[in-house]
Amino acid sequence: MTDAHQKELAEFAADADAWFAANTPRDPGFMLPLTFMEVGTDQQFEFLRDWQRKVWEAGYLGAAWPEDYGGGGLRQDFQDAATAAMKKHDAPIMLNAIGLNWTGPLLLDMGTEEDRKKYIKGILSAEDIWCQGFSEPENGSDLGNAQLKAERDGDEYVLNGSKTWTTQGNYAKYMILLARTDPDAPNKYAGLSFFLAPMTVPGVETQPIRKLTGEFGFTQTFFTDARIPVSCLMGEEGQGWLVAMRTLEYERGARKGQAGGYVMTSFDAFQIVDLAKRAMRAGAPAIDDPVMCDRLVEFVIEAQGLKLNNERGRFAPLNQDRPMGLPLSNKLAWTEFVRRLNEFAMTLTGAAGGYYVGDENAFDDGLWTRGYLNAFSATIGGGTSQIQRNIVAEHVLGLPKK
Amino acid sequence: MNDLGALGFSEEQADLMEAASRFCREKSPMEKVRKLIETEEGYDASVWNEIADLGWLGIAIPEDYDGVGLSIAEVAPVMEAMGRSMLATPFFSTTLAAQALLAGGTEAQKKALLPEIVGGVPATLALAEANGEWDLTKIEARATADGDTLRLNGAKRFVADAAAARYVIASVIAENAPALVIIDAKEIPESALRRETIIDETKRACELTLDGVIVPKAALFDPAKSREAFERIDLVANLLASAEMAGACAACIDYTIEYLTTRKQFGRTIGSYQALKHPTVDAYVEYEQARSHVYAAAHSFSDQGAGEIAVRMAKAQSLKALSYAADRSIQFHGGFGFTYDCDAQLYRRRAAFHASQFGDETWQRQRLAELLF
Repeated sequence: MTDAHQKELAEFAADADAWFAANTPRDPGFMLPLTFMEVGTDQQFEFLRDWQRKVWEAGYLGAAWPEDYGGGGLRQDFQDAATAAMKKHDAPIMLNAIGLNWTGPLLLDMGTEEDRKKYIKGILSAEDIWCQGFSEPENGSDLGNAQLKAERDGDEYVLNGSKTWTTQGNYAKYMILLARTDPDAPNKYAGLSFFLAPMTVPGVETQPIRKLTGEFGFTQTFFTDARIPVSCLMGEEGQGWLVAMRTLEYERGARKGQAGGYVMTSFDAFQIVDLAKRAMRAGAPAIDDPVMCDRLVEFVIEAQGLKLNNERGRFAPLNQDRPMGLPLSNKLAWTEFVRRLNEFAMTLTGAAGGYYVGDENAFDDGLWTRGYLNAFSATIGGGTSQIQRNIVAEHVLGLPKK
Repeated sequence: MNDLGALGFSEEQADLMEAASRFCREKSPMEKVRKLIETEEGYDASVWNEIADLGWLGIAIPEDYDGVGLSIAEVAPVMEAMGRSMLATPFFSTTLAAQALLAGGTEAQKKALLPEIVGGVPATLALAEANGEWDLTKIEARATADGDTLRLNGAKRFVADAAAARYVIASVIAENAPALVIIDAKEIPESALRRETIIDETKRACELTLDGVIVPKAALFDPAKSREAFERIDLVANLLASAEMAGACAACIDYTIEYLTTRKQFGRTIGSYQALKHPTVDAYVEYEQARSHVYAAAHSFSDQGAGEIAVRMAKAQSLKALSYAADRSIQFHGGFGFTYDCDAQLYRRRAAFHASQFGDETWQRQRLAELLF
């Protein structure tokens, strides 16, 4: 890195820091979603949409994406600096998760010039919300078995079937969709195709799903003779599985190119330390209980270990044995950690753990009890932890599938 | 928020990692490890001489004392490679003794002993006692002044490689304060050493009776640096143990996978059963964190505050990872796992031994709670 670059980066980082210090919204008077999967009310949606647009306009989202499509045209470390400033000031999440982290990088990687021009700016501004149509009611973990039909009819494909766990499905303008174009293909994967499908055509309906928390954030999406243009196809017909797998690599952090920012509030184990000092168990701060204190240290060690795993990617000699080991096990390790940490946080609050969101006596407004229930979204969604273990076992450790 | 240490990796570390891995693989195949277990010495003197010739005993010794002038961070990859191949030599104990000398020895002691150690003369520490203390300053052994000499009494346990060591540095109470004193092995009668039966059979340790041992007054470490020396011993020992366990854990997982991909039962390769697959992945996930902690501890070692935190985290995590990986390895080897011939027991025993030395997981977490909260 040249001195000039370093200086420019330092200035950019300082500007970002100042901007987030001045512009990060404080308590809006209602509970903000901690992740993009928890946008359950119009009030939350509008608030986050405005916020993302504001961040993008200031130049702190998509800073490393090409200028031609609405990005900042800067190097990745500039965006990283902006994201760090966001975190430092505890800014709300970026709303348009699927667009920013999946569709965008995919378009930049393998999209046509026309598609990039058409979609990327709307992704960054949150004007066009994207959702993801992979899971089906009967095919959750077994994604390759997706059955939603896409039949070619002239210049159009006709869609019939349904997708589920569509995050922000009720707000989305587009869906990245995995559909079956050839039911007679030699194997189940070869019959799949990948579409950038509009949600606004007739025949597409969404129905909100009520989560275990009692809140909303996902829909089931029904397609009944919905017609989309052939130009919506991403890659070739029959390449859907390959494109979908590439997309999942973005989700799991195994492949870079995301717009930046974050779509989930990250957990700092020291928040739990703080909680353990504030929460009362049996009349004393939880941290004074030696058993709770010991478990707390275990969580801090684990949080630090996972953080260090991420840093290790930079040192090639430390990743030689199993080069895909850390990227492919990252999702499993993090999501299970966060689930257990939330569960522990809930127990730290002792008797107050019996209250739930909405009661005036709930500890931290019920954040921790709700957080625990919501944490399952990550250990189940995007491939359950059990499937993740199969992936790591087979692709990293070389254990046999059958 | 506390500084917990960060990860870094130098070119020197990378070079040493490569060289040490190659060396250990070549010098310490499992048949050799098994053979050495059966010997009294427990190590191959010619391999030890080669290690000295390679300069690895001087990695973290300043050039003034004939060392290479790097730091303990560069010893970590060597220790890791040795752990991975279960290479048994007095490297751990000798490196630890040298670091103790560097931190707390007088200039004369350092000048006299360090070049010898760098050249391949084994040395060790005698710290543990019957009280089972992991706080190294809680000592029962005594050094009583008698003219120009010190009369020692008490007994030490788990004196690593005591039979091989030319110098034994023992912790004692001298003038009411914790102190360290160098004992020339020549002053130790044969009857004062009893070989201990320890759980890790690849290692050697003795009980040492100090009663009747007399050393010159000049054998005492610099009293002004006593505290520093004890702190350094604790941290270096735990860092090296962590690195050795991270290496052993990698080998243990490889060993388990080898069996899971070849053994067949009910017409299927047993590694295809999720009941075996998933815990193996869990062991792997723990291992990767252990390795990251080890390299963060090595990198942050000299940072005030963060160094100790990082080392204690590394020890706790590597113990957890190796214990679990080896425990499951025994189980997943089925009937063979219950035999002496299965290597899984070697790995499990190693973790148990390291838990007994310089503080187990719970102890490390208790120290961390004091440091963190």
